[in-house]
Amino acid sequence: MIDIKGLKVHLGEFRLKDIDLSIDEGEFFVLMGPTGAGKTVLLEAIAGLVPILGGTISISGRDATRLAPEQRGVGIMYQDYALFPHLTVTRNITYGLRYQKRKGTSEKLFRQLVDDLGIGHLLHRYPETLSGGELQRVALARALMVEPRVILLDEPLSALDQNFREEIRLLLKQIHRGSRITFFMVTHDFSEALTLATKAAIMNSGAIVQTGTIRDIFQKPSSSFVANFVGMKNVFPTEFNGSTAVVDTLAIEVSPPHANSTGHIAIRPEDIVISLKPLESSMRNSFSGTVSSIIDLGFLYEVHVHVQSVLFKSLVTKGSAIDLGLDIGMDVQISFKSSAVHIF
Amino acid sequence: MVRKGPFYWVSISCGIMVLVFILLPLVELLTAPSGAMLKETLKDRNVIRSIWLSIYTAMSAAGISFIVGTPLAYVLARSQFRGKHFIESIIDLPIVIPHPVVGIAILSVAGKNHWLGHFMQEIGIRIMGSTTGIITVLTFVGMPFYINALKSGFESISPRLENVSRSLGASMWSTFIRITFPLAWRSVLVGLIMCCARSISEFGAVVVVAYHPMIAPVLIYERYEGYGLQYSQPVAVWLVLVCLSLFLALRVLALPQKKAT
Repeated sequence: MIDIKGLKVHLGEFRLKDIDLSIDEGEFFVLMGPTGAGKTVLLEAIAGLVPILGGTISISGRDATRLAPEQRGVGIMYQDYALFPHLTVTRNITYGLRYQKRKGTSEKLFRQLVDDLGIGHLLHRYPETLSGGELQRVALARALMVEPRVILLDEPLSALDQNFREEIRLLLKQIHRGSRITFFMVTHDFSEALTLATKAAIMNSGAIVQTGTIRDIFQKPSSSFVANFVGMKNVFPTEFNGSTAVVDTLAIEVSPPHANSTGHIAIRPEDIVISLKPLESSMRNSFSGTVSSIIDLGFLYEVHVHVQSVLFKSLVTKGSAIDLGLDIGMDVQISFKSSAVHIF
Repeated sequence: MVRKGPFYWVSISCGIMVLVFILLPLVELLTAPSGAMLKETLKDRNVIRSIWLSIYTAMSAAGISFIVGTPLAYVLARSQFRGKHFIESIIDLPIVIPHPVVGIAILSVAGKNHWLGHFMQEIGIRIMGSTTGIITVLTFVGMPFYINALKSGFESISPRLENVSRSLGASMWSTFIRITFPLAWRSVLVGLIMCCARSISEFGAVVVVAYHPMIAPVLIYERYEGYGLQYSQPVAVWLVLVCLSLFLALRVLALPQKKAT
């Protein structure tokens, strides 16, 4: 569907270098990365809105590298919605219609989009009078109205408050399911990616650092950057010795054994279990340490446990924290399976 | 209530001084001639002709600026390229050059000794002492104001709106006509008014290029030189009144009413 090969872009302070990406038809693809990684620039490059220094982009098997934006069939939706302020909601949504070849079905599609997105009562208003969630829906309707093959979403949820965010997220998922449009969404929020995406890529300082299914990225990060980014809070440089990883002075069991002699290991904080006494279980790794801090995350506590000089971060529900009577300075036991240790 | 400090009082008194400095001479000018004299002046065909010529040439200058200045303002607002500052400085040059020098500079190109002047004479265009010459001079001095006003207008429009428009299938032309220009309309108008206002007030450059046909400022100067203050005042009052009402009308007509929400 979208094939990007060796893409190179210089735009102001942004440098995209040798971007290779391949996105299948109908996929919900998520591009993640910290602020300033160049995600929006990549998005605009796919839409044909920034000059390209090298490489190729093909869309639906057609070379689109030098194609004008209006000839690509690629819709774009920005974080700030970019609704046309001098046009009513209706005229915003129908803006692109006159450039479409297929006619006739537009009235039906318009009705359907307006119904699906619940914006029937807004049609005669101007964008400046709408709330964030409403702007979002109108922008989405405008982009879908021209029936693009690809829709590019630039952090569509980040400007919304929490309530709307959930709603729009569900909406995006529904629209994606009910259409054959390929979605390409940029976000810096990993949890958005988890709920929406089928495949994803992680970007850092202008380069793609990992791409694959969302599950793979989540469970098998290929570098400490990705591990940190996807919420693997425990990332340690390691020396390997067969099936043992040595972190500082701790010997951690891993499986399967690792071939290289040095590398990193990563453990998700929710995979580390805290108990008062050593557990009778199949968990191969068990260490005793001291609670050094407890951070309130709402429903969960992030508990920091020092085992000798190594700091482990674990997530504990509030209920079990109270049951255990966790407090700073307390001696506890941490345990995790050898299969919970990710090696890269 | 908080006691106002010396800074407050200094600001207030300076502000009042500035306002008095601007308004006092103008009010004095407007109230000096009697109603009868103003009426009398209106019967003078030379006065009518010169005020009309002033307005007509200034509007022509604004029109020319609109046609050739709009695309340039857009390019300057949207693209970054090497030498952009240099081009911007060139556009600002007419603002800083002394006015008589502008007139002399234009004459030196339009003269017979210059190939361009020679060519223009061949095809029958005369700059010296003609309406064409006046419009040329006024465009020269007025255009920078139009371009600068419109450039900042274009800059304030998010390029993302244009991007979205193009992703919806609109060409660059279509996008400019349906999105950019309507959103920049206010700046276009402000630019035109600035350009017109600057052109109508030009004296130094025009008097060098064309003493005749006589634009209003030249006529006012001639009356002052030949007959004294009393005879120049009514003409000045009429020029001010006509200009003010024109600009006011333009603003009211062209600026859309605030949209109902």
